Amino acid sequence: MSEDSKLQLNRREFFSFITVGWVAFTSACAGLLSLAFRFTYPNVNFEPEMDFIAGFPSDYENGVDERWKNGYGVWMVKQEGKLVALSNICTHLGCVPNWLPAELKFKCPCHGSGYYMNGVNFEGPAPRPLERYKISLNPEGKIKVDKTKVYRYEKGQWDSPDSYLSV
Amino acid sequence: MAKKGVADYIRETQVWKSIFRHGPPTNARNRAAVVAGNVFLHLHPIKLKKSGVQLGYTWCMGGLTFFIFLALTVTGLLLMFYYRPTAEYAYNDIIALKEHVPLGIMREIHRWGAHAMVITVWLHMFRVFMTGSYKPPREFNWGVGVILLVLTLLLSFTGYLLPWDQLAIWAIAVGSNMAKATPFLGHGGPGAALAQIGDFVMVSDKNDVRFQLLAGRFVGEPALLRFYILHCVFIPLVVGVLIAVHFWRVRKDGGISAPL
Repeated sequence: MSEDSKLQLNRREFFSFITVGWVAFTSACAGLLSLAFRFTYPNVNFEPEMDFIAGFPSDYENGVDERWKNGYGVWMVKQEGKLVALSNICTHLGCVPNWLPAELKFKCPCHGSGYYMNGVNFEGPAPRPLERYKISLNPEGKIKVDKTKVYRYEKGQWDSPDSYLSV
Repeated sequence: MAKKGVADYIRETQVWKSIFRHGPPTNARNRAAVVAGNVFLHLHPIKLKKSGVQLGYTWCMGGLTFFIFLALTVTGLLLMFYYRPTAEYAYNDIIALKEHVPLGIMREIHRWGAHAMVITVWLHMFRVFMTGSYKPPREFNWGVGVILLVLTLLLSFTGYLLPWDQLAIWAIAVGSNMAKATPFLGHGGPGAALAQIGDFVMVSDKNDVRFQLLAGRFVGEPALLRFYILHCVFIPLVVGVLIAVHFWRVRKDGGISAPL
């Protein structure tokens, strides 16, 4: 081989360069696609916090308290010496039921699911009781509700001490 | 040689020739060129089987579906002049479309058209099934058609949120819960519970496919904007491409439905 031909590519080398080129191009495209995918997940969202301080236990009377319903989607229900944070998401399809004080029940307007005051379903298509959120006292003695921890009746989780406050 | 008429002089002008590249359709070659060189006629096959144009055989449902799709595209574009996809304006703009705009029926045409298109797609598929037109070599096109059915339903569904009334919000709240149950990708679906290392949950309500759809945990203003983009741009583009593939396959697979 002459000195000149060493500098030039032979056919085999040319195709290996093509392969490297295609791999680089494909991975660049894949990288851009994954960036576009990441783009659809905002870094900040302006929805209500998943945990909140709900005042002192003494702020609540027996019965259903609706003060956190609009902001956080939580009913505070106090009865039989227990205070619980009840989710206001219907377990049928995810609508928001209403508290009917006269009938002492939660009633979903969409398909008529009904729940007792303690959250257990008794009428309509709802397959299981409403969920409870984690409830605890912070060092100041205020109630802290953590919606990222869910307690389900049908899994026996309502016995967990984190799912209610003894008051 | 026959005497030249005015039409012949027009056909010889530079303007005419720059638009129509073929001669007058007086022989077989030019007649084919008339069809092949015309963008609208070209979408149609050059030759049709006799059974293909019999109404009793095809019900014309595929053609009607395409016609309604075009009508929905046009009316949808017109609606975009008035509709603003924000929580503040969306509902009032829909009311304004009915009461403050000439031809307020435009929005109803768009809505009824959506209903009609779902119906014609079903009837089209029913006809294709009953005449056995899904069989090889047309099985690929049946597959494309099934995807088009799903996209038609998704177009209806994404449009449902846009009036931003109680019906829309709760329907989408219910519907987007389905995304929650997606295997592995939704936090309520099968497999999501497995993707957990100790206390670290990999598929949660802040990174699953439902979050991506709604840009949040709940149906809110970001969800309205996302569904608007999906409804007006994203899904129609995919549908347009697939319709092109669908028609192309009809021609390649032996023409509009008939025994092969």
